Amino acid sequence: MSLLASEMHGSLPFPILTALILIPAAGSILTLISSNRRPEITKLIALLTSVFTGALGLWMLASFKTGEAGYQFTSQHQWISSWHIGWHVGVDGISLFLVVLTGILFPLVIVGCDPHHDEKRYLAWILLLEAGVMGSFLSLDLFLFFLFFEIVLVPMYFLIGGWGYDQRIYAATKFFLYTMVGSAFMLVGIVTTALLAKKDLGHVSFDLVEIAEGANFAASTGRWLFFAFAIAFAVKVPLFPLHTWLPDAHTQAPTGGSVILAGVLLKLGTYGLLRFGVYLFPEAALWSRQIFLTLAVIGIIWGAVAATMQKDLKRLVAYSSVAHLGFIVLGTFAFTAEAMGGGVMQMINHGVSTGALFLLVGMIYERRHTRLISELKGLQKVAPIFAAAFMVVMLSSIGVPGLNGFVGEFLVLIGSFATARWWVVVAATGVILAALYLLWAYQRVFHGEPDEANSTFRELRLREGLVLLPFIGLIIFCGVYPKPMLDRIEPSVKAILVRVEEKTGYVAPEPVVLTTEGEEG
Amino acid sequence: MGAQTMTYPSIDWLAITPIIILLGGMMINLVLAALTRAWPRAWYAIGTVELAVAALIVEMFLWHDINKDGARIIINNAISIDHFTMFCWIGIAGALALVSLSTAEYLRRESLEGPEVYALYICAALGAMIMTASNDMIVLFLGLETLSIALYVLAASHRRRAESQESGLKYFILGGFASAFFLYGIALIYGSTGTTNISGIGSVLSTEVFVKGDDAMLLAGIALLIVGLAFKVAVVPFHFWTPDVYQGAPTPVTSFMASVGKFAAFAALLRVVATALPSRAEDWRPVIWVLAILSVVVGSVLAVVQTDVKRMLAYSSISHAGFMMIGIESIGHSGDTDGLPATLMYLMIYSVLVIGTFTVVSLVTRTGDNGSDIGSFRGLGKERPALALAMTVFLLAQAGMPLTSGFIAKFGVIKAAATNHSYAIAIIAMVASVIAALLYLRIMISMWLSDEESGDDKREAIKVPFTAGFVVAGSAFFTLLVGVWPSWLIDASQAALQLAK
Repeated sequence: MSLLASEMHGSLPFPILTALILIPAAGSILTLISSNRRPEITKLIALLTSVFTGALGLWMLASFKTGEAGYQFTSQHQWISSWHIGWHVGVDGISLFLVVLTGILFPLVIVGCDPHHDEKRYLAWILLLEAGVMGSFLSLDLFLFFLFFEIVLVPMYFLIGGWGYDQRIYAATKFFLYTMVGSAFMLVGIVTTALLAKKDLGHVSFDLVEIAEGANFAASTGRWLFFAFAIAFAVKVPLFPLHTWLPDAHTQAPTGGSVILAGVLLKLGTYGLLRFGVYLFPEAALWSRQIFLTLAVIGIIWGAVAATMQKDLKRLVAYSSVAHLGFIVLGTFAFTAEAMGGGVMQMINHGVSTGALFLLVGMIYERRHTRLISELKGLQKVAPIFAAAFMVVMLSSIGVPGLNGFVGEFLVLIGSFATARWWVVVAATGVILAALYLLWAYQRVFHGEPDEANSTFRELRLREGLVLLPFIGLIIFCGVYPKPMLDRIEPSVKAILVRVEEKTGYVAPEPVVLTTEGEEG
Repeated sequence: MGAQTMTYPSIDWLAITPIIILLGGMMINLVLAALTRAWPRAWYAIGTVELAVAALIVEMFLWHDINKDGARIIINNAISIDHFTMFCWIGIAGALALVSLSTAEYLRRESLEGPEVYALYICAALGAMIMTASNDMIVLFLGLETLSIALYVLAASHRRRAESQESGLKYFILGGFASAFFLYGIALIYGSTGTTNISGIGSVLSTEVFVKGDDAMLLAGIALLIVGLAFKVAVVPFHFWTPDVYQGAPTPVTSFMASVGKFAAFAALLRVVATALPSRAEDWRPVIWVLAILSVVVGSVLAVVQTDVKRMLAYSSISHAGFMMIGIESIGHSGDTDGLPATLMYLMIYSVLVIGTFTVVSLVTRTGDNGSDIGSFRGLGKERPALALAMTVFLLAQAGMPLTSGFIAKFGVIKAAATNHSYAIAIIAMVASVIAALLYLRIMISMWLSDEESGDDKREAIKVPFTAGFVVAGSAFFTLLVGVWPSWLIDASQAALQLAK
């Protein structure tokens, strides 16, 4: 019975997932009430909280049982019992690395990005955001998930609006309202799902696991519900044509906000599509797959073409996100184990490489107070180490073999080929376009002789280098040796696919390559 | 006619103790005010708060008595004493206490004389309590008038502001019309059922079969009744008075109207539709459906284009009234058990929210009560971060953000609608609430994100006196508490489902 409290922490002595959510939340409050006169203590509190959270995330990763598809470290308690809503958190192969990435990204953002003013409030919002993101990835209760999914908006709104650039209020408001429209549909969908589950379960239930295991929805009902969820996630991903908030939000957000937005927030959409779309409503997801494949491919091409035309370096990276996330959606709706696993892997890769790109663009802005490509020239001459770092990150974003971007994109493309051949053909051109716009941008910014304004461009500082180091380390490690990651992702993805097969009679094609062997295929 | 002896109904004095406490307190207030010359005004505020708290405590005991002894109807079937009544009474007494506290400082700032305002508050609260408890249309009307007449005077109580006078007059004229509609509705229903007793009407209508076309009088009566009450709860298209009255009335009075006034009118509407008219649900439910949709959409859209915060909040209150109407629409589906608790809970949550919000607005408008333009909020985050933070909590709650009470309220009505398969209304309301969110964002932008403009430093500094600070902190605490731990409120509102019939 779901309403009874249960704790299954695996080998760990305490509810680690609950701690992952509550520690940043507590840190946020502590930061807010810390003394105004000692800003360094405020920063220390924030940093320690986020580092501690990140360390817990890594500990969880180390204790995670490889090869198991189900949820681990679950903890379940009653919360609003008259509405059958519980605190139910758990982690599986799909959310595992997103949680770890969140844990790693936030301390780096706190160290690496300077808000310039009102640091205390900035840090409080950042930590609240971390709690919200953690909660969204860990929730196994529809109500709880919605709660975190929505609460994330508030800190992000204030981060963009308070510490962003010239058009920040417009961008923040657009971001808030777009996402909220999607959520409006999802809330009705969640409530309806919970109420309809009563027919099969005998009681109203918001519990994801219970609903997925026990409830059967009629095909037409399931499709309506699926679309109610999918609209919210499509806005969040963002999927063409709902993507227009993203370039504004990214460009106007402060560097830290952009890194988090690209690194983990957008993944709420793709993660949601997989967990609450495909997993909860397999029939509807399979039925509507062509819509999503098409939108994903349009997004890939559209994002790439738009990125090519951008004058602003940050806007270019923002549009490249639209393209990259198209690959994740393509993989998710290809319904093969490799493509889906590649999609999950690509969520992490995109978070790492685009997060790092935004950091680097932020550093350029700090030095030159402009992000216009036309204003930048010849930086390679004056700052070779900076240029090298940018090069590695950019190549990862393009998807060059040996770096992480390749593994995910390759798996998505090869996995989708069996089930969505023509979409893949078009999407593959997106890879070429990515090389085009990124290399061209690199060429314009870093090559040539620096003019007067660019000749004083400062080389990478030690602190900046230390912040970038984990990113580059992850880019190379995941590119060369993706096996540990894939081993943990694969069972959960396969479980979803098996569920799709059971519920719909769909037969997934035999794997073209063994996913655990990565790029060898 | 022969000599008739009048029989007096036996009176359950204990059950109406809260009414007696407030009535006695009001009398004493008025006598003291007449006899003594210039008592410190704060005394009247403290006295009113004490009365309200005393009533509140008695109501808590009565709640437990009803747990034990069950609901009952007293005084010749005119007053229902059930959990529904007590839920509303607790809300009204709590709102009375909070509003009195926030008024104390307002009156000092505006140099207005004190005692009669408090007497009018108590009088209005009495009317509201009678309305929520009444099981007879005539008693309901008496309560409505007691509430309304006190509110007309309160709206006009800022004697040096023309807007306040105008507000009072508008409210009076339009309110008078609404009362007339309401009364005519009672008459027509009496004509077709032969009784004014609410549960009596319910039992007549459930047994009597009308020949087709023969129920025109009844339907007209129901329609007029709904019009009268729809005016009082301010739903579109009966909302035209709201923006002007909310803007012109002294800000604490506005918060009183938006909390106690709405509470009473909605409670009356709830009791009438749930007790008297369930068998005619097919007739009135479509009307409520239209009113709900119109209110959420029109309220939200018009709120966004305002520049005056009090006007914005007036339109937002229309939109919230639309949300509560969704709960009432649910009651119209047979076998519904979600609509009534959801609406009641929404009322309780919204009352606290609106008092907190208007208390902040009252502080920010500064002396003269004229600065309710959105520009007055500029820089509040820097000048008074705690106040701005509390306001942010209220605004986020009104926008329906999770972890605040506003989300629980919206969730409740959406759940009620979804239970009855009214998906269209749920989706339209949620999308409209996104439009309304823009309005709350605008105030937040002004508080936190706007740059200073010239002349801002010449503005009067915002003082946060203890009483108003207490109201703001208390309301914010309630808002977050219910957001995080709503079970007790949900259970309490579900207990109110058992109406005394």
